[in-house]
Amino acid sequence: MSHADGEVRDIVLGLRGITKRFGALLANDRLDLALHRGEVLALLGENGAGKTTLMNILFGHYVADAGHVLVFGDPLPPGNPRAALAAGIGMVHQHFTLADNLSALDNIVLGTEPLLSLGRGRSAARAKVERLARDFGLAVHPDARAGSLTVGERQRVEILKALYRDARILILDEPTAVLTPQETGALFATLRKAVAQGLSIIFISHKLREVMEISDRCMVLRHGRKVGEVATAETSREALAALMVGDTPPEQRVAQGVAGPALLRLEAVKTPDRGAAPGLKEVTLTLNGGQITGLAGVSGNGQAALADLIGGLARPASGRIEIGGTAPAAWSPRAALRAGVGRIPEDRHRTGTIGDFTLTENAVLEGYAGPGIAKAGFMDWRAAEAFAKRIIDGYDVRCPGPSARVRLLSGGNMQKMILGRVLEAGPRIILANQPVQGLDVGAIAYVHGRLVAARDAGAAVLLISEDLDEVMGLSDVIHVISGGRLSPAFARGTMSQADLGLWMAGHGFETAHAA
Amino acid sequence: MRLEPVAHPSLARRFGYPAAALGATVVVASRLGAIAGADPFAVLGQIVTGATGSRLALLETLNRATPLIFTGLAVAVAFRAKLWNIGAEAQLYAGAIVAVLLGTGALGAPFVLPLSALAAMVAGGLLLLGPAILKVRLGVDEVVTTLLFNFIMLLFVSYLLEGPMKDPMGMGWPKSSALDREARLPRIVEGLRLHWGFGIALIAAVAVWVIQTRTTLGYEMRAVGQNVRAARFAGMPVNAVILKTALLSGGLAALAGWSEVAGLKGHLSLDLSPGFGYTGIIVAMLALLHPLAVIPAALFVAGVFVGSDAMSRAAGVPTYIADILLATALLFMVLGIQLSKFRVVRG
Repeated sequence: MSHADGEVRDIVLGLRGITKRFGALLANDRLDLALHRGEVLALLGENGAGKTTLMNILFGHYVADAGHVLVFGDPLPPGNPRAALAAGIGMVHQHFTLADNLSALDNIVLGTEPLLSLGRGRSAARAKVERLARDFGLAVHPDARAGSLTVGERQRVEILKALYRDARILILDEPTAVLTPQETGALFATLRKAVAQGLSIIFISHKLREVMEISDRCMVLRHGRKVGEVATAETSREALAALMVGDTPPEQRVAQGVAGPALLRLEAVKTPDRGAAPGLKEVTLTLNGGQITGLAGVSGNGQAALADLIGGLARPASGRIEIGGTAPAAWSPRAALRAGVGRIPEDRHRTGTIGDFTLTENAVLEGYAGPGIAKAGFMDWRAAEAFAKRIIDGYDVRCPGPSARVRLLSGGNMQKMILGRVLEAGPRIILANQPVQGLDVGAIAYVHGRLVAARDAGAAVLLISEDLDEVMGLSDVIHVISGGRLSPAFARGTMSQADLGLWMAGHGFETAHAA
Repeated sequence: MRLEPVAHPSLARRFGYPAAALGATVVVASRLGAIAGADPFAVLGQIVTGATGSRLALLETLNRATPLIFTGLAVAVAFRAKLWNIGAEAQLYAGAIVAVLLGTGALGAPFVLPLSALAAMVAGGLLLLGPAILKVRLGVDEVVTTLLFNFIMLLFVSYLLEGPMKDPMGMGWPKSSALDREARLPRIVEGLRLHWGFGIALIAAVAVWVIQTRTTLGYEMRAVGQNVRAARFAGMPVNAVILKTALLSGGLAALAGWSEVAGLKGHLSLDLSPGFGYTGIIVAMLALLHPLAVIPAALFVAGVFVGSDAMSRAAGVPTYIADILLATALLFMVLGIQLSKFRVVRG
């Protein structure tokens, strides 16, 4: 087969010169992509490299500033998800979009039937869903309520939804981020079956091991640009990693901190499991002043339980918390704040801010009851606004002013506002839960720089992140959390990425306990 | 077709759509009048004159607006904190009962009015506190509990008026004894049929506005309503805020009943409220839950009721047109408000 001929004939999807700008950020810079029939193309890149933006353009959620999309040789009208669907593109999102109160079958069929004929043609629909489920190895009970499904099952429903609409091109955005290893294995089996039947798949991920396992070709993005396109068989994890992170490897970017006194101690703390997410299992942890303690782990392994505990939202079922050597009498968010714990929450939109409130109102969310702002039950809005202005100026928050609604701020500026709110309170202990998730490069550097500065000023920082590079790059001490258990403390530089990866997968705990 | 939020709505957008909503209401109302066999423009004219055309009509509208301001405020305060108080009707009657209890007991002192007002607020607040505690502690849906309280309360009032509170001089009618003179709200201007309840309602609206915008409690109430997760994370005492909101909301609704008894009727009967508690929800929604906007919204709703009564007598069109008119106004207004915040995008 002539290589050139095969390429032209087999291309099912072509992106040409796609460019997309968000303000100052160039999210996609003249990107070209060709997807062939029956292949898995991995789209690789760090957080913020432009993967999700590109797929949103493809699926019509965004309109590109320049460039165009060809599906099976025909141009795809921009900004129209319906046209993308009709052209045979199915997208499985990072965050699932199922209606919890409907059955799996209803969710799959929803939107494909005319409104008034609902109920008719159901047995045909059910037969089709069952056939697809069988053919692709997607075991889901069609009558189960979506709300009662596990994360893995919900993902299968999403995939069935796309297949039911006769998708020939499947896009999976970070599909394994929420899955257990077993579920990931099942997903890969499904993808192989799909490819065998002539479907084409774009697999978005930053997990190299999985990319090596499932993909035929890899395309690597960095800062919105294509920096490499290789056949998976001809490359290695190391080579891909080098492409992803560029010339500067994720080595220690900051000088080591000077360990101060222990500011927070958890002793044999247990918390109850929450649904699929494990609680803490006898966790003992010391946070020292002057150090950043990194917590590495795959999402959903007890990070939320630990963050809630230190943030004051949860109390230990057994075991104890000590702050500065004494156990606090009561434990609540306000008690944590009073004890000098500053908290950067994982979800800045839902937990960290109130979108419809102004910057001023958000700036004093934690400190409004303090003497500077509240006077005999009344709010001193002038003082609050002065405080907000101090944060805007001191933390480089780009916004129209203190009376702007926070929902209109970019993620980076929202996070800087939260950072300012936390740091201005002068915390001794800082809980930073995924502090740079979804931020652009500039904001990431800013947030990291501020955390390091706080560390150097003597604060104890707990950095929780799913990004191993971030944890390794910033931390003085690293713990790994897996299944609610905490690894011993590893000093910086003593563990390789691969060593930590083993702990993240749950290895090492038994021997550590035996020792 | 989908909706996209408009980041910075222009002035034309913010006021144009609500104005268009009012216009659409007028068009629908005149069509209804025509269907009922009357001249549509005459119908509208009669509603307007009936509500505002004479000093008597105007005073009647103000009197009718008084309880609606109180219940509208009660609903606005609660809804702002996402406490769905559908039981303003029950809290209204709680206030009315207290007005009778303290007003007929020959307390006789000059402080009986402030005392009974305060007691009425406490009674209404406590009535809503129960459902609020159930919500906070056990997650019981307050829509159901507060709604059911309306029926319980009405039956309870019925029992009182047939039994312990029955007026011995009432010739068998189920109504309470008349309030003592000291327990009655005076008229604002001697000789004009408008009592001080209206003035207190205006003061209450301003007070609620001050609470919401200037106090820590108001800030907490708005935060809990906008994003309870963030409020809890920030260390706000979320449950306590909900309970305080319930006390305030129930208290405001109780003032509606208190002022109707002490200001207008002078006694308690089962027809004290033609659904002021429920209409308060319409008032609050029309006012976009803004305490000061509750005043014009209540005046508008009261005007429609009073005007429709007059129009009905003059044109022979059923008075139910008032209900339809309000429902239409509410639907158009809700739609108009959405359109002022969102843009409709094709495709």
